[in-house]
Amino acid sequence: MTSTPILLESRPDRPPEGTAAADVVSVDVARLRAVAAAATGADVDRVLRSPHVDLAGFAALLSDAAAARLEDLAQAAHRITRARFGSTVRLFAPLYLSNECVSTCTYCGYSAGNDIRRRTLTLDEVRAEAVELHRRGFRHILLVAGEHARIVSRDYLEACVRTAAPLFPQVGVEVQVWDTDTYRRLVAAGCDGVIVFQESYNRDTYESVHLKGKKRNYAWRLAAPDRAAEAGMRRLGIGALLGLHPDWRAEAIALAAHAQALIRRWWRCEVQISLPRLRPAAGGYEPAEPVGDAAFVQLLCALRIALPGVGVSLSTREVPSLRDALVPLGVTTMSAGSHTEPGGYAEDSDAEPQFEISDRRSPAEVAAVLRAAGYDPVWKDWQRV
Amino acid sequence: MSSGFPVSDDLVIAGRRFGSRLFLGTGKFPSNGALRAAIDASGTEMVTVALRRIDPSAEGDILAALPERVLLLTNTSGALDAGEAVRLARLARAAGLPEWIKLEVTPDPRYLLPDPVETLEAAEELCRDGFTVLPFCPADPVLCKRLEEVGCATVMPLGSWIGSNQGLRTRAALEIIVEQATVPVVVDAGIGAPSHATEAMELGADAVLVNTAIGTAGDPASMGRAFRLAVQAGRAGRLAGLPAPGATAAASSPLTGFLSSLRS
Repeated sequence: MTSTPILLESRPDRPPEGTAAADVVSVDVARLRAVAAAATGADVDRVLRSPHVDLAGFAALLSDAAAARLEDLAQAAHRITRARFGSTVRLFAPLYLSNECVSTCTYCGYSAGNDIRRRTLTLDEVRAEAVELHRRGFRHILLVAGEHARIVSRDYLEACVRTAAPLFPQVGVEVQVWDTDTYRRLVAAGCDGVIVFQESYNRDTYESVHLKGKKRNYAWRLAAPDRAAEAGMRRLGIGALLGLHPDWRAEAIALAAHAQALIRRWWRCEVQISLPRLRPAAGGYEPAEPVGDAAFVQLLCALRIALPGVGVSLSTREVPSLRDALVPLGVTTMSAGSHTEPGGYAEDSDAEPQFEISDRRSPAEVAAVLRAAGYDPVWKDWQRV
Repeated sequence: MSSGFPVSDDLVIAGRRFGSRLFLGTGKFPSNGALRAAIDASGTEMVTVALRRIDPSAEGDILAALPERVLLLTNTSGALDAGEAVRLARLARAAGLPEWIKLEVTPDPRYLLPDPVETLEAAEELCRDGFTVLPFCPADPVLCKRLEEVGCATVMPLGSWIGSNQGLRTRAALEIIVEQATVPVVVDAGIGAPSHATEAMELGADAVLVNTAIGTAGDPASMGRAFRLAVQAGRAGRLAGLPAPGATAAASSPLTGFLSSLRS
């Protein structure tokens, strides 16, 4: 792979050249947003008939004209999902390590200013949680933590990965963004994927909700998947927190552009998109513009049509009926039976959860529902070598 | 055949006989039950499973769906390079799985195109290490000869991209590969309809490997049966001696036959 020098010391205001992050910044979202605003039914037809959909085509699929054709979008998305992923859904579980955080983010329950019960798992507790998740059937896990470089340090994260790796063929992290060398250490410890939500691709919105802490640096965060890929991570997960920015279509265009840029720059990596919608959390944040169910479905279908090979992950933020209904439309990965507070699998935890869970079904129950709908719940789809 | 002797048309790979020329992949099926039904209906005797999917510690593991009569061909799906593929094969051996390996080195996770350089390197090492190696490879006639030379038991050139259902987009190259091969040629990937399988067999492939077309069919078992028949039909057509296609009509009674009578 080409080496892109990205130094921890020099956190520039713009992402380094030669990165997917720089590609995203150079995309004219306003122009594409205008395509979405102007698209007609005939434009939507053309896109649906086209074998390859570019960003302008994707924008057309987000239009009101496309909303009027939602069933056609859904049929197309279903056909593509079936051909590319078959009748399978991968299952994974998040393992929350810590809810300590030094960043102040207005929408997040872990935000530094919130007076909540904070907890960081010891390695023995991490092991106990991991054993319990393994017992429940999981073979893919995601280690999640708030942003606290001292308490949730790189040494701590590396030790957590080393603790989990013997039990799980696939270990990912969703933690604060790091420099390339730290990602390399995590890869060497057995981690093969990162999830970094940009939260909002709109710089003004981003800065208006990230008030304090390292997370305020938009460009440093945007280039985190590039650094992770450079370090040897094989799975790159990105996402926008839907509801933060009032214009979900503009957000979606930037998200798709980011996925496309990552695929081009880091062609060996598997890129996955998450579609988290804002949930109630400590701090009492109200979404600027909640994304409704119909728009949510339209976005999912548009992503599947424009980015046919990209996995889409759906968390337990969503209610069971919607989660079940979205599987045929393009969801390929789901969490199940999740706890979003540190601890909670092996025994009850009184630590504050990051957000409220809407789907409280057990992993076995979710698997049974998938099977009843004609899907094979896949617990293990990776082998570390 | 006119000799009156029963002639076996079994396929022989590395000394093992197969009555079926249809190999089956196991991804994308809606359940182990559907997979098992498709295996039975297809008549396949060789089934490939990704090591990444195998979990002997789990209840209802995919291996439980395989009947004893089929040979398990473990594949190295997910390997980015030769080193990873070799390690996956050795993990399979350590787990007590058969030493027949479908070598897949596909660094690009979207089109899953095989890396010719890494595939050749891994094939050489695995053959040296005693594995029976069936490499998934680009439809490149020279690469296929190189894979033969390092000891592969078959070559498995792609018809088109994995899972694309586009049929034999590489047909012209496949014809050269068949013409030159000294090991069985298995057309793998892209076969999206029974007619594609027939076409591959008619052009001289020794077998085909099918997954997506059966695994994602409305009725996988019925599609498995359809492919079984299609492979048999294509093979029978090939053995019967296909007439060469012509650009124009060819009269059954030649128009110049009279010349011979004039000479006499």
